[in-house]
Amino acid sequence: MSGRVHVVPVGVYVAVFLSLMVLTAATTGVAYLDLGTFDNIDLNTLAALTIAVAKMLLVVVFFMHVRHASSLTRLVIAAGFLWLVLLVAFTLTDVASRAPQPAGWGPATLAPSNASTPAPPAAP
Amino acid sequence: MTDAAATDAAEHPPYLAHHFTDIEQQNEAGTLGMWLFLVTEIMFFGGLFASYAIYRFEYFEGFREGSHLLKVQFGAINTAVLIGSSLTMALAVRCAQLGRRKALILFLILTMILGAAFLGVKWHFEWTTDYHEHLVPGMGFSHPGPNEAAIQLFFCFYFFMTGLHALHMVVGLGIMAVLLWMTSRGRFDHGYFAPVEISGLYWHFVDIVWIFLFPLLYLIGGRY
Repeated sequence: MSGRVHVVPVGVYVAVFLSLMVLTAATTGVAYLDLGTFDNIDLNTLAALTIAVAKMLLVVVFFMHVRHASSLTRLVIAAGFLWLVLLVAFTLTDVASRAPQPAGWGPATLAPSNASTPAPPAAP
Repeated sequence: MTDAAATDAAEHPPYLAHHFTDIEQQNEAGTLGMWLFLVTEIMFFGGLFASYAIYRFEYFEGFREGSHLLKVQFGAINTAVLIGSSLTMALAVRCAQLGRRKALILFLILTMILGAAFLGVKWHFEWTTDYHEHLVPGMGFSHPGPNEAAIQLFFCFYFFMTGLHALHMVVGLGIMAVLLWMTSRGRFDHGYFAPVEISGLYWHFVDIVWIFLFPLLYLIGGRY
């Protein structure tokens, strides 16, 4: 085999695994604390998502060997995440910036239903 | 081919396809192709995450109430189980790189056990309980209260997202079984490991999806 195969030491994988476990405990534990809000941002949600992104980066960089991947592969991965950000960001800005709609239109108000029947979609 | 493989391996390994200059180039092409597939998977799940975000903003109270009906301890345990399976998968790839057949078989089996444990917990302790608690939309959903319809919407997302994730896990277990068979036939004894590496990428991707699903579904608005 070629010399370019990177065999990562077991210790690195174990260290990444332990970090992921600590972060899992952290994300669960933080959920039981009321972090409040800052500038209308729910800090609990922010903390949960920040930890999730950190865990994702650990998995991608170490377990998925992006550390040793070629520039082309890295570019493809970065482009994929860029498009994901575009998908979510532009969808949310669209929904958030819609003009008020006439009565009966717009986001449906979900009505509570009877116990026996599933809720019908709110009629326009 | 099996007998010729050993004698011929030094000069012209049977696992090197004709159209590649060397094994490095072949590995590079395989990795890039797998990542391209995973990018389509990112977009596939991304659509679900985007619509989840919209309805979470729209019906936050209902989503929060629905989220608190989930069993957070099983979600957390399953996260740990899945991260453990990622570790064993990473070690399996390492064994394949080094051509260690027995250790590779061991780590593949461990990965399968952990993957199956994840599905078992999901099925037995979560979905079944949810069903008995009338939380499955379309199957006698009932959770009386002012937010009932929004909670039902939350559970639509919950079952669709965790269901799609579980489907990927089942596919992953199938891939592991194929790898196990290939390993037992000695396919990865001589430094050829691309199928293990690429399957590992898939397995880790499924792990990452769960890393986001856990806080987004189980921990909405905090648990305090």
